[in-house]
Amino acid sequence: MSEPLPTTVAADEPILRVEDLKVHFPVTKGILIQHRVATVKAVDGVSFTIRRGETLGLVGESGSGKSTTGLAVLRMLTPTAGRIIFEGLDIAPHKGAELLSVRRRMQMVYQDPYGSLNPRMTIRNIVGEPLAVHGLDGDKAATRDKVAALIASVGLLPDMADRYPHEFSGGQRQRIGIARAIALEPSLLIADEPVSALDVSIQAQVINLFMDLQERLGLTYLFIAHDLAVVRHISTRIAVMYLGRIVEIADRDDLYRSPLHPYTEALMAAVPVADPEVEARRPRAVISGEVPSALRPPPGCSFHTRCPRAMPVCKIDQPPLRNIGPERAVACHLHAN
Amino acid sequence: MTRPLLEVNHLTTRFYTERGSVTAVDDVSFQVDPGETLAIVGESGSGKSVTALSVLRLIPNPPGRIESGEILFDGVDLVKLDDPGIRAIRGNKIAMIFQEPMSSLNPALTVGLQVAEPINVHRGTPWAKAYEAATELIGRVRIADAASRLGSYPHQYSGGMRQRVMIAMALACAPRLIIADEPTTALDVTVQAQILDLLKELTRETGSSLILITHDLGVVARYADRVAVMYGGRIVEVAPARELYARPQHPYTLGLMASVPRLDGASGRRLVPIEGQPPDLASLPPGCSFAPRCRSVVAQCRTSRPELVLVADHHAKACFAHV
Repeated sequence: MSEPLPTTVAADEPILRVEDLKVHFPVTKGILIQHRVATVKAVDGVSFTIRRGETLGLVGESGSGKSTTGLAVLRMLTPTAGRIIFEGLDIAPHKGAELLSVRRRMQMVYQDPYGSLNPRMTIRNIVGEPLAVHGLDGDKAATRDKVAALIASVGLLPDMADRYPHEFSGGQRQRIGIARAIALEPSLLIADEPVSALDVSIQAQVINLFMDLQERLGLTYLFIAHDLAVVRHISTRIAVMYLGRIVEIADRDDLYRSPLHPYTEALMAAVPVADPEVEARRPRAVISGEVPSALRPPPGCSFHTRCPRAMPVCKIDQPPLRNIGPERAVACHLHAN
Repeated sequence: MTRPLLEVNHLTTRFYTERGSVTAVDDVSFQVDPGETLAIVGESGSGKSVTALSVLRLIPNPPGRIESGEILFDGVDLVKLDDPGIRAIRGNKIAMIFQEPMSSLNPALTVGLQVAEPINVHRGTPWAKAYEAATELIGRVRIADAASRLGSYPHQYSGGMRQRVMIAMALACAPRLIIADEPTTALDVTVQAQILDLLKELTRETGSSLILITHDLGVVARYADRVAVMYGGRIVEVAPARELYARPQHPYTLGLMASVPRLDGASGRRLVPIEGQPPDLASLPPGCSFAPRCRSVVAQCRTSRPELVLVADHHAKACFAHV
């Protein structure tokens, strides 16, 4: 199952290239005659690439647009603008059946292990459903074996195949969701907060499963989460989002060692470390205020209202995401050179 | 030695459900000294929230009941108090802050009225005066422009602001003890830091004790003086925070620490998860409830329950194994 499908893409070409992605939602008023009264720019000009076999972590607080970005890449949402080049093909304008073939290669793991499994289907049918949807279940015996192998590969026991979701704990359900996501042998897996609903002792089990599967199957991940420690643990590179834009993107160790954007810095300072000795020594730069409404984002840099180092220019000009090094970009006037 | 402000002895709280009785809190004993912050840490179903609700006698009956034990607050056993007696303590000498501020605030009343209410109820302060006091409280929890925000309704506040209102309400009668049950779990991380810093600062100012209930080991490390670790309805380890993190003794505590990725940890290090699933409280094993998942399990663990015993100064664990 680790055998990659033939593709026409050069090995060094990124598996996914997102260029200036925008997802805007209209806010309408009126029941019979609806008219647009405002626009929520959930994702507003996001660009990033993911290389084959790596994990890109996407972090941000609620309303940052990280989940919307994931849904747009999977094309469960239609982007307002921008290009989504997946394995060499721009899938942003794709529709209907074209998307079916894309989704054979790109799958999703959801946050809520309770809401994302059909309670009336057995585990065998849930895990086998993608094969049925894509017409790959012709050979019944082979399908049965394949589903059994998938169930085993996520650490569940064979005799669990004929049970129903309610008989499983949250961690086990998330394993089932992962088995379903890898059933079609996708090359890219988008995971949206896959461990945030789980207890800490179970989180570690699922994080390890993600890392094992990546090693075994050569999977590429877009890992979306709000927990900076989890994201740093699993990611190769990390993109930090704030109000619909990427404010910084860097190698995970560089980002942790020397955050350049004041928001990245504040986010990391806010996360407590599980060690009282370390906590007593750590600098504490708590930023004030909360994330502004996406309906009325502040002008200029959208972080300037909370930024401890805001300058006059920040209130007027929105800083673009500039490359600082080969692996690093930041959107901040402090690093404009 | 100072007398503890709160002393919980052999508390057992049980729920009677269709599936049989569930012992959510099982023979739990702990104490809280004046001015200290005790964190109760545990995963879902560990009994940490039911412990907190039991202290305030907020267990819905039926199906729940405080089965046995005593809860001595300032020398008075709260378990034995009648309804008017416990109501005079709730929101007055002991205040509670819940996880979800939206569902703990009345959506139909203004914020000012809700903050003023405990002052009026417990102190008999006339409404006009109580309202003035509310203005001051709202200012103390750093809500800008307090006077004009008092007339607003909860839905006009953001999540972080609502939790500030909850803190203002909790502080209204200058309580000796504040119980905060996962107060920041619903909030973003930058707001979480603001709220917990505020809570810590205000309790330090007023000298109140704080019981902080959380699942987050990072929050515990930053804010707690002492920690009680709960698993399967029991306290498995209790120690001063620094001692607990430096020398964890119970295999479950050790397991928790190894399974959490740390922001300052070595990158690429494998997490060591606790294998298996959390216990089903309706059918706990006869011995130690952690035995089925424990790496250091010995024969005795499967048959009898370990009691909390001191292993060092102020440091106790409930475990037969030598870890």
